[in-house]
Amino acid sequence: MGLAKRIIPCLDVTNGRVVKGINFIELRDAGDPVEISRRYDEQGADELTFLDITASSDNRDLILHIIEEVAAQVFIPLTVGGGVRQVDDVRRLLNAGADKVSINTAAVQNPQLVADAAGHYGAQCIVVAIDAKQVNKTDNMPRWEVFTHGGRKATGIDAVEWAKKMQSLGAGEILLTSMDKDGTRNGFDLALTRAVSDAIDIPIIASGGVGNLDHLVDGILKGHADAVLAASIFHYGEYTVHQAKKYMAEHGIEVRL
Amino acid sequence: MTNIAIVDYGMGNLRSVSKALEHVAPTATIVVTSDPSVVKEAERVVVPGQGAMPNCIHELEIRGLRGAVQEAATNKPFLGICIGLQMLFEESEEGNIKGLGILPGRVLHFPSSAMTTPDGQKLKVPHMGWNQVHQTIDHPLWHGIANDARFYFVHSYYVETTESQPVAARSDYPFPFTCAVAKDNIFAVQFHPEKSHVAGLMLLSNFANWTPHFADEAS
Repeated sequence: MGLAKRIIPCLDVTNGRVVKGINFIELRDAGDPVEISRRYDEQGADELTFLDITASSDNRDLILHIIEEVAAQVFIPLTVGGGVRQVDDVRRLLNAGADKVSINTAAVQNPQLVADAAGHYGAQCIVVAIDAKQVNKTDNMPRWEVFTHGGRKATGIDAVEWAKKMQSLGAGEILLTSMDKDGTRNGFDLALTRAVSDAIDIPIIASGGVGNLDHLVDGILKGHADAVLAASIFHYGEYTVHQAKKYMAEHGIEVRL
Repeated sequence: MTNIAIVDYGMGNLRSVSKALEHVAPTATIVVTSDPSVVKEAERVVVPGQGAMPNCIHELEIRGLRGAVQEAATNKPFLGICIGLQMLFEESEEGNIKGLGILPGRVLHFPSSAMTTPDGQKLKVPHMGWNQVHQTIDHPLWHGIANDARFYFVHSYYVETTESQPVAARSDYPFPFTCAVAKDNIFAVQFHPEKSHVAGLMLLSNFANWTPHFADEAS
């Protein structure tokens, strides 16, 4: 027995509420972030990830208050991402109670930010989030490209190469979201997940597309992910985190029960 | 009077540690401080730590906290967490830096050549997530915590003790490594009790109530 594979419920937060979109659009309200965090904690979540999807900076400080409130009640690791542009954003989130900070668009615009943040606060708290989309249709030689700005902007950067570069700059973990799969409930992009996981030495969280518990199992066993992230299957009460973990254990995956 | 001082040397998230201690010891006075005199006067001291050990030692020094931390490690209940464990040892491979030298041993990086499971799967570094903690001694800080309970880890370096005496627990990744040490008034852990749910809160509660026995008090 050793290190357990992690299940991470993800909370997309905007204007102080948890929402869930389909393919990065069409938002639907899913509830109060503090209440939801406590529920997942009780169900045995291994970590929680909060993504601040607020477009305007006016509401940005809301997430700090939410994190402070959650961190005072929930004693598992918290990752926060969305709108992190400079080292000072990292500091403010860590001070509010985040354990890890996820950097996405700003890493593409300024890769040095990843190096600076990891150099100062340590690789263990710097997660680089990659939104990737398959850009050719030949599935025997698939290629994925990095997108930024919540999936709206193509960068031309190869997703696997980008993950390797982020590792070399000091990222401690990769949060990999398939834009093709996100919100579809058809399962992770396993080829993408495996390609990135096998290319790097740091842990990878698979994200985007979970619709049932077999998808979580596949993410670990076929996608070689170290952790699996899901939102809607937990938000609307279809499955509890505990049910998901039991199911993974039944399929031979080591989990914290 | 400060019951528990959490030593702040400017490295990372101390809020988690103070929140978790407040949760388990609601009547205690808990302060996050970079003032050496507060550390000296506190009943109990927690030295957390994140990031790179060379930065941590440097920050400890420029804030004038090194002496207070070293003193606390000799005379009051002392809890080291993560880098707060690693810096107790003689030296670290991370930046080839000297530690505080309070315990014998050194801090090494997980060797990439060893990071595979018996069935050939790659093990990632940092060692990140929930791993089992095998308690090797009976200790007041383990009270109420099941042997092999899982705690949350996130680290790329580990402690190699030169003597078995201070080892309080081991974990496997993929080889057994020391994840907790205990000596007199010192207890130090590689994992993060403040992020380890029920088991972690139990350990912090045990620390808040711990009366260590000093070796020189033994009759």
